Amino acid sequence: MKFKHLISIDDLSKKDIEYILELAEKFLPVAQGKKRTTPLEGRLLANLFFEPSTRTRMSFEVAMKRLGGDVINMTAQEASSVAKGETLADTIKVVSKYADVIVLRHPLEGAARFAAENSDVPVVNAGDGAGQHPTQTLLDLYTIKKESKLENLKIALMGDLKYSRTVHSLIKALTLFNARIYLVSPPTLALPEDFLEEIKSRVRVEEVKLEDVIEEIDVLYVTRIQKERFPDEEEYFKVAGSYKVDAGILERAKSSLIVMHPLPRVDEIDISVDRTPHAKYFQQTFYGVPVRMAILHELLLGDL
Amino acid sequence: MVACNDSTKVDKSDRLAVSKIRCGTVIDHINAGKALLVLRILGIKPGCSERVLIAMNVPSKKMGKKDIVKVEGKYISEKELDRIALISPNATINLIEEYEVSEKRRVELPPVVEGILTCPNRNCITNSREPIKSRFHVKMEGNRVKVTCHYCGKKIYEPDRYIVSR
Repeated sequence: MKFKHLISIDDLSKKDIEYILELAEKFLPVAQGKKRTTPLEGRLLANLFFEPSTRTRMSFEVAMKRLGGDVINMTAQEASSVAKGETLADTIKVVSKYADVIVLRHPLEGAARFAAENSDVPVVNAGDGAGQHPTQTLLDLYTIKKESKLENLKIALMGDLKYSRTVHSLIKALTLFNARIYLVSPPTLALPEDFLEEIKSRVRVEEVKLEDVIEEIDVLYVTRIQKERFPDEEEYFKVAGSYKVDAGILERAKSSLIVMHPLPRVDEIDISVDRTPHAKYFQQTFYGVPVRMAILHELLLGDL
Repeated sequence: MVACNDSTKVDKSDRLAVSKIRCGTVIDHINAGKALLVLRILGIKPGCSERVLIAMNVPSKKMGKKDIVKVEGKYISEKELDRIALISPNATINLIEEYEVSEKRRVELPPVVEGILTCPNRNCITNSREPIKSRFHVKMEGNRVKVTCHYCGKKIYEPDRYIVSR
């Protein structure tokens, strides 16, 4: 498999996804610090983050360094040429001369695809506004594969299904694995109609109450209500805190059920869940490292 | 631009007659009411040098009502004409030489259009100050034209609402 950039999960076939997950599995002991390998020695990654991020930026940095590469960061927008009015196109043209791979987070949707058109080196989309965040989807899939099962999965997606790019990308990816998807959300945060129509023919999907499916699901994927995505703050306050998962409701779940969350959480998962064997969200965040190692390795060196 | 009432008249049988052009391009079977959008797609603006005849809401057996646009002295490229399919997939093109039709064809939906639609997603990179042209992928979905923004993935089912002035 060869791909030059990683912009959207839609650009990947099932075979591509499976290949990345297998590669991530090979890199897991390296990510855990149990094994050492330096295939990316002498290679440089440029983190260009035009929006704040802790987890994603750090995990790319860790992934690159665990493979022997090095990292440069552009996080303080004020300190760069961007504050002087430089376009993204120019920034990318310059940085692609310095680095071997660019990781970009940008507030505008489509920014990563545009950056790729202006770059001499591979571009990885680390989130473009409410658009795509393919490495999050891949690490979600890796977590599901590792901690549950990918094929014939029964998964409940809970929370902000309207604005969450994580949920939209994950649903699209799950259509490739014969999943059964249950949607749990306040009515105002339901999956957009046109999106639902688009996927209905490819996956079994239905809107439910969590109590009705808790006994049969393999994965409960919870999302935060993202205040920054709401065009109207009043609308946000109407739904903020409207759902919560606690250890009580999980008592009825299968012992193998896993609870996932892209983090950061606010109050949608009670800390009582952290102490149950169902909680996998911190492990999920860590799995971002081997998955990003696989992606960087593939983009920079091609097939193993 | 020459207004249509300079060169059209309704005859006794209620048929609308539009004067012939000597050479140029005739776009027929345009969905009623879309003629002005066709001019926008072709980049024909007030003050342009071409002689343009427009007939709107002309009776049509097939369509009930239709619009017609005639552009005198200009052969418009196929690529440009195919953009018309976005708003009027049944439009036909006649190339005219010495008052006779030299070539006749239907418009074909282009797979991609660049720079003629604006993305309705205000947060799309194409609506920023970056040096970028809008690009949309075009498909028929049932009997509707669906266009998808190449950059942000926004889908549009009524592309005529988003045609830019060129």
